[in-house]
Amino acid sequence: MNNVFRGFSAVFYKESLHIRRDFSTLFFSLIIPILQMFLLGYAIDTNIRQINTVVYNADGHRESRELLDRLTNSDTFHLIRYVNNDRDLNDAIISGKCRVGVKIPVDYSDRLLHQTGAQVLVLIDGSDSSVAGQAINVTTAIGLDESLRRVLANSDAAFPVEMRPKILFNPDSRSPNFFLPGLVAVLLLNVTTFLTAFSIVREKERGTLEQLFVTPVRPMGLLLGKLLPYLVIGFFELSMLLVAMRFLFDVPIHGNVLLLAFLSLPYLFVSLSLGILISSKATSQAHAMQLAFLTILPSIFFSGYIFPRETMPKFFYYLSYLVPAAYYINITRGIILRGAGWVHLWSDALILFLMGAALLIIAARRFHNKIIMA
Amino acid sequence: MTSSTQPSISAQHLVRRFGNFAAVNDVSFRVEKGEIFGFLGPNGSGKTTVIKMLTGLLPLSGGHAEVEGFDVSKDAEAVRENIGYMSQNFSLYTDLTVSENLTFYGRIYGLSNDHLRKRMDEIIQLNGLGPYIHRLASQLSGGWKQRLALGCAMLHEPKLVFLDEPTAGIDPVARRQLWDLLFDLSGHGITFFVTTHYMDEAERCSHVAYIYFGKLIADGTPDSLRELPDVQPAGTLRIEITTPQVTRALRLAREIPGVRNATIYGQSIHALVDDHYDLNGLREELLKRNIVVAEIRPLAPSLEDVFVELTSKHQAQQEASRE
Ligand SMILES: Nc1ncnc2c1ncn2[C@@H]1O[C@H](COP(=O)(O)OP(=O)(O)O)[C@@H](O)[C@H]1O
Ligand SMILES: [Mg+2]
Repeated sequence: MNNVFRGFSAVFYKESLHIRRDFSTLFFSLIIPILQMFLLGYAIDTNIRQINTVVYNADGHRESRELLDRLTNSDTFHLIRYVNNDRDLNDAIISGKCRVGVKIPVDYSDRLLHQTGAQVLVLIDGSDSSVAGQAINVTTAIGLDESLRRVLANSDAAFPVEMRPKILFNPDSRSPNFFLPGLVAVLLLNVTTFLTAFSIVREKERGTLEQLFVTPVRPMGLLLGKLLPYLVIGFFELSMLLVAMRFLFDVPIHGNVLLLAFLSLPYLFVSLSLGILISSKATSQAHAMQLAFLTILPSIFFSGYIFPRETMPKFFYYLSYLVPAAYYINITRGIILRGAGWVHLWSDALILFLMGAALLIIAARRFHNKIIMA
Repeated sequence: MTSSTQPSISAQHLVRRFGNFAAVNDVSFRVEKGEIFGFLGPNGSGKTTVIKMLTGLLPLSGGHAEVEGFDVSKDAEAVRENIGYMSQNFSLYTDLTVSENLTFYGRIYGLSNDHLRKRMDEIIQLNGLGPYIHRLASQLSGGWKQRLALGCAMLHEPKLVFLDEPTAGIDPVARRQLWDLLFDLSGHGITFFVTTHYMDEAERCSHVAYIYFGKLIADGTPDSLRELPDVQPAGTLRIEITTPQVTRALRLAREIPGVRNATIYGQSIHALVDDHYDLNGLREELLKRNIVVAEIRPLAPSLEDVFVELTSKHQAQQEASRE
């Protein structure tokens, strides 16, 4: 009688039926994040080809022209302007006409010939961080490649060509690979917060929720019975997003995929609980939609997905500690990009789990009182 | 636990306020086990509110209520174990089939698989849902939806079932069938609390109460209500005058001294007259005014008459107290 989870298995059974019955809606809500990933993913991708680039070749010998050819051939850079002094180089970037400036020093070929290391300055407009990230990656790669070729040809010198990126305007720059792991966190909200919020609000609209409240079902049994089927679906969506990210966008996963899957559970739990909390407040599906968007906006802007948290004004920085996506983006980027492991990330996962539990308990209390308010 | 003499519902001085407005104002009544209790009243009078208070959906602002021996304020969960509830718009899961709806409610009440199967068979048998068990609830007609909702509300063998306007918007055949079903079930000792607008349904109840904007103004068996002095004042007689010319007859009858009030019912007029009044004299009075009367006979007041009388008396009292 005193089982706080009373009714759980019944609600779980019923929710699974709803999901099966309404499969087409579900299918679309699962497919939309994948489409969004394509739209956003390729939008980012097209930006990072053919970056307008200005060149100041102070050396002008064969070696320096070879390096410029390699930059051109990388497809990342589009050499549109050649200048003869530092000021023009800077101006081209400040004016926004070019996003990258390459300066080959006057002694470049001399140094290479004398087997002392040569440095190439790469100025990067950091205001568009996806461009900046790509520029860093590609120029560094070209520098390494060039060095390797020379090292293989002449074993004496270590890393003769050094690319020295210098980021202007926005020192904390990230590569487009940074976006997709963060995007996963934001897109997952579609099938978690939204779906659970709707599934309960729908029952309110139909009047079946009131009917349920006259049965001995307990709030926790009801809420967990609602939550669990969507946890399964959220997990499925996560897998699809990760597959798309890995194989369609070629974002390598440096860490352990299983760990990523496991640490995603607390995030799914938080966002599902948030959906449930929203449904305890919302009176109609339209209302639930508004509230859900209200929670998604901070997930986009204060989670570090677009703007790095460290560079936010203090107020928003502290606010970002309350945004679950901030912790999850740290987990996804950690595992996918930095190859982080359990020791680095367990605290983020624990915080997410605690947030989820807190939200669920608040929601259950609200429903407990709602039983009485209905 | 409950003893057999305990009432199914005992409500004492129930009050429910929404802000300053008292939707239910000092309402007391008792419903005995096995009764079909008809709860009547115009829209917005507080019928649904009373049901929600008795089922633990709304806390009481005042008063005390026991349902099947359990205090609704202290032991709502025990109350819920023992009651069934069919809300105003029988809320079913329309994307689930008949059998899935039943299975869900059975599991909510924690019936074991065997018990659930047995109960489902019984309910399907009793409510005649057999041909429709694999149909989606959305594809059922109103009458069948209502039977399914009733089935869901009764799966766990409640001792008391609340039905909030179960026949609103249902065709007359289904309406009659539902009442036959209720009588059948009531014969098995189940108590029913039914709200309705239909007077013919009220006539079939073993116990009726009438709530008028938060105040209970009638409570008793249909027969005891008919005999209330307010309904049938001493020295008066209620008669039915059958005539082809009802409209004209009504106008004229009201002019005849000794006729206290008169209303049209189809092809006849119901009138309250002084009981020393000679019915043959009345017939002649009307004939003088060119009204041919087929029949005049004494009539017991209908429940509608009862409620009309009690409502106008209640209104008069309120007017008086306001002055
Ligand atoms: N949750 C509520 N908040 C405010 N007023 C309410 C609420 N529920 C009902 N009422 C008011 O209480 C009165 C009685 O309503 P209700 O019990 O639904 O009447 P009935 O079922 O007899 O038609 C109505 O005036 C209604 O507007
Ligand atoms: Mg009502």
